[in-house]
Amino acid sequence: MISLYARRRLINGFNLSVSLLTMVFGLFWLGWILWTLVALGFQGLNLSLFTQMTPPPGSKGGLLNAIAGSFFMTMTAALVGTPIGILAGTYLAEFGQKGWLAPTTRFINDILLSAPSIVIGLFVYEVYVISIGHFSGWAGSFALALIVIPVVVRTTENMLRLVPNSLREAAAALGAPQWKVIMLVTLRASTTGILTGILLAVARISGETAPLLFTALNNQFWSSNMNQPMANLPVVIFQFAMSPYEDWQKLAWAGALLITFAVLTLNILARAFFRQKSLSH
Amino acid sequence: MSQTVIANPKIVLKDLNFHYGSYHALKSVNLSIPEKKVTAFIGPSGCGKSTLLRTFNRMYELYPKQKATGEIILDGENILDAKQDMNKLRAKVGMVFQKPTPFPMSIYDNIAFGVKLYENLNRHEMADRIEWALRKAALWEEAKNKLKQSGNSLSGGQQQRLCIARAIAVKPEVVLLDEPASALDPISTAHIEELIHELKMDYTIIIVTHNMQQAARVSDYTAYMYLGELIEFGNTDAIFTTPKKKATEDYITGKFG
Amino acid sequence: MKSTPKLFSDTYLKRQHQLDMVFRNTTRFFAFLVFALLAGIVLSLFFGSLPAIKAFGLGFLFSSEWNPVTEKFGALVPVIGTLSTSIIALLIAIPASFGIALFITELSPRWLKRPLGVAVELLAGIPSIIYGMWGLFVFAPAFADHVEPWLTDHLGNTALIGPLFQGPPMGIGMLTAGLILAIMVIPFIASVMRDVFEIVPPMLKESAYGLGATTWEVVWHVVLPYTKIGVAGGIMLGLGRALGETMAVTFVIGNSHELSTSLLMPGNSISSALANEFNEAVGKLYTSALIELGLILFLITFIVLALSKLLLMQLSKREGQQS
Repeated sequence: MISLYARRRLINGFNLSVSLLTMVFGLFWLGWILWTLVALGFQGLNLSLFTQMTPPPGSKGGLLNAIAGSFFMTMTAALVGTPIGILAGTYLAEFGQKGWLAPTTRFINDILLSAPSIVIGLFVYEVYVISIGHFSGWAGSFALALIVIPVVVRTTENMLRLVPNSLREAAAALGAPQWKVIMLVTLRASTTGILTGILLAVARISGETAPLLFTALNNQFWSSNMNQPMANLPVVIFQFAMSPYEDWQKLAWAGALLITFAVLTLNILARAFFRQKSLSH
Repeated sequence: MSQTVIANPKIVLKDLNFHYGSYHALKSVNLSIPEKKVTAFIGPSGCGKSTLLRTFNRMYELYPKQKATGEIILDGENILDAKQDMNKLRAKVGMVFQKPTPFPMSIYDNIAFGVKLYENLNRHEMADRIEWALRKAALWEEAKNKLKQSGNSLSGGQQQRLCIARAIAVKPEVVLLDEPASALDPISTAHIEELIHELKMDYTIIIVTHNMQQAARVSDYTAYMYLGELIEFGNTDAIFTTPKKKATEDYITGKFG
Repeated sequence: MKSTPKLFSDTYLKRQHQLDMVFRNTTRFFAFLVFALLAGIVLSLFFGSLPAIKAFGLGFLFSSEWNPVTEKFGALVPVIGTLSTSIIALLIAIPASFGIALFITELSPRWLKRPLGVAVELLAGIPSIIYGMWGLFVFAPAFADHVEPWLTDHLGNTALIGPLFQGPPMGIGMLTAGLILAIMVIPFIASVMRDVFEIVPPMLKESAYGLGATTWEVVWHVVLPYTKIGVAGGIMLGLGRALGETMAVTFVIGNSHELSTSLLMPGNSISSALANEFNEAVGKLYTSALIELGLILFLITFIVLALSKLLLMQLSKREGQQS
């Protein structure tokens, strides 16, 4: 018969060890996935990846058109989604004290933030792809923009709320009209935070596959025409990985390594950037 | 209530009441603020002195559920009148806050921001105006070589003087100071107090302070407030040496507060 | 210093007020656009699925048939697949996330907290298609070789849960999909848990420690009860993510429209049915049935995410009252 105290100590020790194990469990998967990516991705990594187009099955090639397509669509999505997100976020933070619109939009935005991205693709297919009759780079960009918007709305609102009211008062006390207070002072004070949010949004859409399946689709050739189906890394990776051809699978792994590297770098950059800036204040 | 007669008042309050929602924060305040003098509002925390100050530029209107009634006559016009343009009012009544509030821009732009709102100056005139304001705020020597640097790069005391320079650069007629030295060290505080002395030549100054010695040092007139009411108003010397009311005397001698 | 005339003319002042109005209404318009986006999604999916709704009615939800040739469609298999993979994911992810959040907030030495936080964020940052590829090419074969035979041998003949673990070890299937989903949602749940654990007032914890409580007792009896609403919100958020996840599941679930009791057998989920079949679907009814699947998915995740949001809002409201 062990004493109560010893038993409590034992339970404590056991449960805390389990906690340590779950941490190891989490890190184990991260390590395994990253290791796989490096091991398999490096085999396919070479210069032709960036200089050649996606090949037909059974032959050698690269991912140039897919990389370029992803780049175009991601940039377009960020350019379309960011201003909309910033303006909507500004409304929530600066004008959202009264009325039904702000609380409702805030609620809905948080849901959209985690909504299944494949449904976003379906929505753009329904309202855009069907009406123009074919898949296109624009459709892909719109779908991605719809994913950017909630992220930017959220960060813009959060960052504006961090701006102390004393700063708004100080600007208003000089006689500045409200639009100048917001544009020149409060938004400016939250630039770093908002930029971080945009970087995180870009990181998020760089890896998104599901919303592109029914919008941009894919294109085996170089295309800079946003009105045509457009190659993009995630969908190419998906098709190539699911194919039985070894060359394609190899390219898929190389693409996977590239995309993960890009996404994680953006993530880390965004956080480092934000932390450094917020420390200097 | 105002036993002291002010010859040429800049601002006259008539039966001013203020509500935060259902809370009655200022109760029928009547007061005349003399022109080109320093008037101090003193009293324990929560007595309404800051609230009173914030009615002079209608700063409370940034927030919902805050409401002032009565009259505040500035140069013959009732500023509480709905027709009164708030931005114009605030351009005439400058304010400096408890904590320094430099904008996230350069020292130069901090000052230019307010000036540009209501004046079209060329580069040269603007540079002159900025130098003038920084000199007035006794910051020119320290800041002249770093006008392009961020306002945040200054020390706390310097930032507060930058805010004063920013407020006077627009040439207001009245300057409101809301405990401007409470977040500063003694040396910076002394700087600010000297500055107040300088500024009263040109401006009507109203200062809210917790610090009674400070009120005694810098002000010409003092108003003592308690629980939203103006208890006593008069010449600073008189208030501090021969207060008429027991409550004022208790507060000043430290029996209470 | 000479004074220049100030721009106090009525027209100038009025113009500023007009610009204020314009600015305010512009931002309001875009806020409304976000609101309208949700309505747009629901409406477009609803109209897209009208043919299927008319053809199958409520029976769509209860039919396991999925036959493009005869144009008979039912949502039962993908709905069950979506729900069961998500439940498997939560069963694993909840305790794991709790352990991780506990480790980071209470046990980890200070210098290790940041790197561990970053590691969790990295896990959340890896694109889902990578999880899918890794799951298909690396995890599933290993799982088929080393884990599934053991499961069948040891659990396959037990009462009640036995049928869940029968069948050939193929690697791909519902259990694999659930496991990979678990790894994907751990970072989401863990970071919410970590955030809410950190808002527990130190005094509360200190008074428990002051009574001689062990770390575990403090966490279990003080921290967890105090934050339970937030923890539930985090779990709901993870569930919302798991329900809608597409690529990771599509690679490993096997895409079979056969209903099976075994978790080791291939199945289908709503999102992977969409990813696999939508572009190849011919005929209005087939497309419409897939869109209706999308609508169902959206409604389920909407409810789950709304619940999550409400719980987290309740927690922050209580916080606000206390401070």
